[in-house]
Amino acid sequence: MRDPCAHCEEMMQPYLDRILTEEEMAEAEAHLAECETCRRRYRFEESLRVYVRQAVSEQMPPELKERLAALRIPLE
Amino acid sequence: MNDGATVALVEAGSDEEIEPSESGTTAERLAAGARDRVRFEEDALALSDQVYRVARHLAGSREEAEDLVQETYARAFRSWRSFQPGTNLRAWLLRILTNLNIDRGRRQQRAPQTQALEANDYFLYDRLAENGDGLPDEDRVVERLSQDDIVAALSAVPHDFRDVIVLVDIGDFTYQDAAQILDIPIGTVMSRLHRGRRILKRELAESALEEGA
Repeated sequence: MRDPCAHCEEMMQPYLDRILTEEEMAEAEAHLAECETCRRRYRFEESLRVYVRQAVSEQMPPELKERLAALRIPLE
Repeated sequence: MNDGATVALVEAGSDEEIEPSESGTTAERLAAGARDRVRFEEDALALSDQVYRVARHLAGSREEAEDLVQETYARAFRSWRSFQPGTNLRAWLLRILTNLNIDRGRRQQRAPQTQALEANDYFLYDRLAENGDGLPDEDRVVERLSQDDIVAALSAVPHDFRDVIVLVDIGDFTYQDAAQILDIPIGTVMSRLHRGRRILKRELAESALEEGA
């Protein structure tokens, strides 16, 4: 029999990307419900994604916005 | 099709004396064209924050990102007619941007073939947990990474892998959109994403452990 935690690890990225089939999703959730270690790891991965996205999101400089608007083609 | 009628319409059109038809007079058509263009420009400008956020990490530096975004918009405004209304404008703009980035020769770096393997998906968590006190609390573990660590770790990921992470995880593009923007098969998007996320975590583990040491 395969190691359920290893199988759960394989499903983690697709699970968080929401591309698992319903059946696979149910399988992952059944394991997560009973395995605290995997649950923590999934939660960590989920928080990490949000955290990374926030950390690297930079506001566009306002001058650039003005420069872009100035590129519009004037009406004849 | 009645070819004779079509030709007559075109010839008459050049004299601007055609009968008003379903699509209106020449003047009306020109006005509609201008209206479509203005709307296109406004829609594109409304997406500029999102385009910049992605461009910032596709390009090597902030300056390059600004240049690229500016060039992208200049090109988009010139060739707005090639955009198909109803399709994804943000993806269309990013496609222009990635092509410009490639044209500028900024994408020479290939993904190294012989990277030490980035262990498994739980690598970062396990390493951070090992270094913490007692049982790790997921949120605390994440908070041990500084914003600078994360920005530096992302820029250390080789281009090919970083591009898909930036498009999918930061830009919220679907795999399909990312495949079109980068002009690669969707399977390649998935495998690069998988590998890229692991590389990112390895980089994060290195910087976090250096600080903790």
